[in-house]
Amino acid sequence: MTLLGLICIVLLADLFVADEKRVITFWLTIAALFVTGASLVLTAQETRTVLFDGSYVSDQLSHVLKLTAVGVVAVGFMYARDYLHQNKLFKGEYYVLGLFGLLGTMVMISANSLLTMYLGLETLSLSLYALVAFDRNSATAAESAMKFFVLGAIASGSLLYGISWIYGITGSLQFHEIAEAIRTSPDINGVPLWFGLAFVIVGIAFKFGAVPFHMWLPDVYQGARSPVALYIATAPKLAALALTLRILVDGLGDLHEVWQGMIMVLAVLSLVIGNVVAIAQSNIKRMLGYSAIGHVGFILLAVFCGTGQGYAAALFYTLTYVVMAAGSFGMVILLSRQGFEAELLSDFKGLNARSPWFAFMMLFFMFGLAGVPPWVGFFAKLNVISAVLDAGFPGLAVLMVLAAVVGAFYYIRVVWLMYFESAEERAILQAKVDTRFILSLNGLAVLAIGLMPGWLLSLCMRVLG
Amino acid sequence: MDLTHLILSILIWLPIIGGTAVLFVGDDGDAASSRAESMRVLVLLVSVLTFVLSVFVYSSFDTSTADMQFVERFEWIPAFNVYYYLGVDGISAPLILLTTFMTPLVVIAGWDSIKTRPAQYFAAFLILEGLMIGVFSALDGVLFYVMWEAMLVPMFLIIGVWGGERRIYATIKFFLYTFLGSVLMLVAFIYLFTKTGTFDLFAFMEAPLGMTEQKLIFIAFLLAFAVKVPMWPVHTWLPDAHVEAPTGGSVILAAILLKMGGYGFVRLSLPIVPDGSQYFAGLMIALSLIAVVYIGMVALMQQDMKKLIAYSSIAHMGFVTLGFFLLWSIDSGMGAALGITGGMVQMVSHGLISGALFLCVGVLYDRVHSRQIADYGGVANTMPVFASFMVLFAMANAGLPGTSGFVGEFMVIIASFKANFWFAVLAASILVLGAAYTLWMIKRVIYGEVKNDDVAELKDLNQREYIVLGLLAAAVLLVGLWPGPLVDMMSVTIDQLVEYAGRSKL
Repeated sequence: MTLLGLICIVLLADLFVADEKRVITFWLTIAALFVTGASLVLTAQETRTVLFDGSYVSDQLSHVLKLTAVGVVAVGFMYARDYLHQNKLFKGEYYVLGLFGLLGTMVMISANSLLTMYLGLETLSLSLYALVAFDRNSATAAESAMKFFVLGAIASGSLLYGISWIYGITGSLQFHEIAEAIRTSPDINGVPLWFGLAFVIVGIAFKFGAVPFHMWLPDVYQGARSPVALYIATAPKLAALALTLRILVDGLGDLHEVWQGMIMVLAVLSLVIGNVVAIAQSNIKRMLGYSAIGHVGFILLAVFCGTGQGYAAALFYTLTYVVMAAGSFGMVILLSRQGFEAELLSDFKGLNARSPWFAFMMLFFMFGLAGVPPWVGFFAKLNVISAVLDAGFPGLAVLMVLAAVVGAFYYIRVVWLMYFESAEERAILQAKVDTRFILSLNGLAVLAIGLMPGWLLSLCMRVLG
Repeated sequence: MDLTHLILSILIWLPIIGGTAVLFVGDDGDAASSRAESMRVLVLLVSVLTFVLSVFVYSSFDTSTADMQFVERFEWIPAFNVYYYLGVDGISAPLILLTTFMTPLVVIAGWDSIKTRPAQYFAAFLILEGLMIGVFSALDGVLFYVMWEAMLVPMFLIIGVWGGERRIYATIKFFLYTFLGSVLMLVAFIYLFTKTGTFDLFAFMEAPLGMTEQKLIFIAFLLAFAVKVPMWPVHTWLPDAHVEAPTGGSVILAAILLKMGGYGFVRLSLPIVPDGSQYFAGLMIALSLIAVVYIGMVALMQQDMKKLIAYSSIAHMGFVTLGFFLLWSIDSGMGAALGITGGMVQMVSHGLISGALFLCVGVLYDRVHSRQIADYGGVANTMPVFASFMVLFAMANAGLPGTSGFVGEFMVIIASFKANFWFAVLAASILVLGAAYTLWMIKRVIYGEVKNDDVAELKDLNQREYIVLGLLAAAVLLVGLWPGPLVDMMSVTIDQLVEYAGRSKL
């Protein structure tokens, strides 16, 4: 873990060396990610280890999330390479900021105290703000970065405010001590603590992009360059899940009945608004943004159950969602060419006639996100619905499947454009062999995990069950 | 190596893997290229081989037991206690045979009428075939649902890519309707899972359930199956889908996909929620009779041949659901089994007849590019062989004795007589209405003077069309004249089903 910091420094040093041969930076970044991933695998332990005076934890949950984060960031970088080249944006900053964002994500994943969590969150957020504005010449990028920054700062402030209340009442920053304090003296479990909790939940909702704290999300997805949007759509979701699980479950698990109601409101609103508004979008990045809000609804409903099964379902959902989102944005990136940003849904018209294989992969991602079996998205939804039914909320389960049907419409619209419409553009998609390979791997993974979801489900159960 | 105990898996995966292989062989973007030709040969080989293997299932099928046969059970998703669990009994085996019989015919029928992207077209049909066999043999809720939903994807593409003018509207409607119907079935499955701790369909059948639970589960199942059958009033997607689908798509849709709804009722609704089924039986009978009478009248007024056959399908499928839900209106056990047997025979027979009629329309459409009845007239003068086939299928559709259409309808009408005189009167109206709309169409299309130049230039059946229609005609007559083997295959299973459905879970 500290390794990552080291690698970032190596990378920073490299910035001063490399001039126009930035490919070196790229491969160095990939190598850094590879080393990080390898060291994660090698140091993974079954047991839970608490480090740095109790403010940092290394457990199975953190291994799973970190490894996924490293993986999707690497995949995202691979997808982005050609795009950045063609748009004259092939700069070291993208990789450095991306790696710092990853560092923040990993700190959040392993945080065992409120302060560590906040530290990680700010590292991640600041990298993201800068990444969005990374294309200096784009006015929309600057606008969305500004929007992101202002709203993000408010959310961070809210989170910090909530943290200060919780700290003031329980007298500790570490999650297990907070839990201990609430258990031993039940009288502190009162309105002041709930007040702090509410602010923390606002912070969480913002980071996830849950309605009504979702306003930044579609704008940022649309305004940011596609590789940046890919980044925002993946690693931070993992961080947000860690934030939720660590604070609400590890720290404030005993307040489950208090936060359950708040999470439910956020989740239901996200489900409905995300899926319905996505239908009206003509910009694919924006559509994927609203679809992300809908998916967050599912994840939050899984957390809402307050059972081990629910948390495992949330983890499974987030992991698989991230894989599918990476692939979908990968396709958006691939579709863009020099000086042309493929943003509109209509850019997908007739893709099957141009590049059948890529169209086929996009079909995998879309049906996967829609939750149609045998793609993995189905099992993610099955898992959440099962947890919700088990917790005794059949009404919510019905709402979820109805939202899934609404969602299916805009996903299959992409398939319809690719397969049923004739192309306005005849050019075959150009992609380097490695991009082609990774994208195919990504698409086939969505199918393969769907056909054989058992191991991943068991893993999630073991980690959180 | 003895693979007989894996025969069902082979039947499912052979077409799916074959379909994937076909995608990789490709067609060079030209339907006439030699590569496309070898691709088509591969498709035909795979589909015929699948049929041959399914005949093996038939020949070694034991008709004396109601137990599942050729059972395969492997752990699939241990975290949810989900098994890869397959098996066939008397109600699924005939439908599997129907599936494997129809697919090669569809392949032959589409041989050179599909010009755009033929490899994807045939691959979609092969994958669809595997998934359909999967639905009919799955004995685990999750596996069943996966196959059930995955089936939508190839069909969605078949209608959307190779369909007619309004194909996009039709296919989106098809997808959303059926998807909406099935998701509640998923909720019901998961609910049953939380009750029993497993997705095993037999465990569901044994699970004790209260009346409210049974009613809700029945409604969830009903939505899924009623959309598929389709029953009035959720039938509106079907005419659109049928009209816009390419010929092969219409055939598979009518012959197999609609049967999934009927199969769902007998496999899931009746045994899992017997009291719920009994509670709603009156409603089901009413909806079925509305389908028979009202939709029959609607069919009478159609100007488009495909639409007419689509409405006729709805009316005939109403007969199937009628047969299934007469169970509680009949006192003697014999009559109850008769209704279900009639419904099952009707499903198989309707699969053959409606498939054949859609192929007939396809033959005309390939030549004239019109489905309107008004554009034809006097076809018998230029296409005598075709005309005799079409008249035969039309007669079968009208329920002429000696054809398969008669057997199922007759059984259901007898069963409804035992239940209630008026049910029988209304049900028997299908014989009148069915004869009316089918024969009226025949009169306008086949007989009379040669109406226009298009008809005058028509060429009679080519060899492939001859083979396809000939095989179907043989099957229709075989089931009609000698239904014994088919009924024997099902009878023991249906007796057990009647017993399951008859016992209360309360």
